[in-house]
Amino acid sequence: MSNHLNKLTEKKYSEMTNRYSKKSGLIKDCFFAFVFGGLICIIAQLFHDIIISSTAQKIFGTLTEENAKALTVMFMVFVGVLLTAFNVYDEIGNIAGAGTIVPITGFANSITSPAMEYKSEGFILGVGAQMFQVAGPVIVYGTAASVIAGFIYYLIK
Amino acid sequence: MSTKQGKQTYTNDRKVYIKETAAIVGPREKEGPLGDYFDEVQNEDFDEKSWERAEAKFTGSVFQKLMRKIQLKTDDIDCILAGDLMNQCIASSIGLRDSGVPYLGLFGACSTIAEGMVTGSLLINSGGMDNVICMASSNFCAAEKTFRMPVEQGGQRPPTAQWTVSGAAGLWLSSQSGGPVITSVTIGKITDFNVTDANNMGAAMAPAAADTIIAHLSDLGLEPSYYDAIITGDLGLTGSGMLRELMDMHGYSLYDERNNCFRHQDCGAMIFDPIKQKTHSGGSGCGCIASVFASYFYKQLQGGNLKRILVVGTGALMSPVSVKQSESISGIAHAVAIEAQ
Repeated sequence: MSNHLNKLTEKKYSEMTNRYSKKSGLIKDCFFAFVFGGLICIIAQLFHDIIISSTAQKIFGTLTEENAKALTVMFMVFVGVLLTAFNVYDEIGNIAGAGTIVPITGFANSITSPAMEYKSEGFILGVGAQMFQVAGPVIVYGTAASVIAGFIYYLIK
Repeated sequence: MSTKQGKQTYTNDRKVYIKETAAIVGPREKEGPLGDYFDEVQNEDFDEKSWERAEAKFTGSVFQKLMRKIQLKTDDIDCILAGDLMNQCIASSIGLRDSGVPYLGLFGACSTIAEGMVTGSLLINSGGMDNVICMASSNFCAAEKTFRMPVEQGGQRPPTAQWTVSGAAGLWLSSQSGGPVITSVTIGKITDFNVTDANNMGAAMAPAAADTIIAHLSDLGLEPSYYDAIITGDLGLTGSGMLRELMDMHGYSLYDERNNCFRHQDCGAMIFDPIKQKTHSGGSGCGCIASVFASYFYKQLQGGNLKRILVVGTGALMSPVSVKQSESISGIAHAVAIEAQ
């Protein structure tokens, strides 16, 4: 194809690309993902433990364990959205990697960030249509996987 | 007239001067090692409501700045050649719609400014045109939105990824004397060695750069040592090493034995400090080589630090659709030989 680069083949170039392309530091990335992911879980657990504590129950009335869990999830989604809106979440994500993508705060970030990005294209075709650009596949295949898992569970129960 | 030399190169019989330049960049570029060379700094959003409008404003502002510097009437400009990374090059067309100057849109990805210089000097050598403005722009946020993820999405980049430069630059090419001269141009071929990783543009473009540099040198019967510097943009740190090895492999060393350094420099590798600014493999985008050439290298030519340079704009010819459809990323590179007067 290229007569000037007659000593180069696709195979040779692919090896060369691998040699020159620095890889992400696996241990470092795993470490930060573990620390930040864990930190998010600790915050959620703290929030949960506080709202279900006897002092909180005395002030706000009784709260079932199920409602406390739902409230914790809502709180973490809110935190994710808020940090995204203040342009902070992506900065943390830059270091934390999977540590901030996997928890529910990452899911909130993946929906908020396109909503912010596409606001300039209007609320219908911009925000409405593009909001699930990143999270869409997770929702689609997550739902499909849960149906399959539910079916298998029904069969073996 | 231009005279064809060999297969891809044209020498200019009518001298084409780069008489004036202008460049506006964003804050990250200003903080980089070349920060002091740029004309003006503006925020990435340039007080606009969308990234696209911001990039268009970069383009429009550079045009106005250049017009103020050169003190010509818009009627005296025969043509603007401009391009960017937005779909259908809207940053250029929106940014220049009030210019009142005949316009040709270009797409050459990051090679756009070189494509503009190649086309501009051929147009001036046609004898019909005297004053041509070449422009290119890119915007980090607009490029993220178009090619990757929303800006605020919290993901990580691999070490081979490059950061799109927020910036725009314009060059005034003229047949009237003054400033460095474009002596010859080489039009590159589309080169593809089956790189599919959109986070490794340097690897996708390095063969195109090597191919065009070798074509230029062999068409004119030159050695790399003829040039004080061979400047590419934007292979980044990853692609620069690959280009140097590809050139060695084919018998053209880019190493300058006398000064103990590489004759090759890459705008993408120069514009940021990769450690302090955490910019991985370096800068990219139409605005990168455009702003670095229009400021840093133009001043080096004017100051006499560089006499003869070869500017090689490299572009990755891909779109978000072609990447999703697993097409390999083709590269292109155009070379422009420039001599200080």
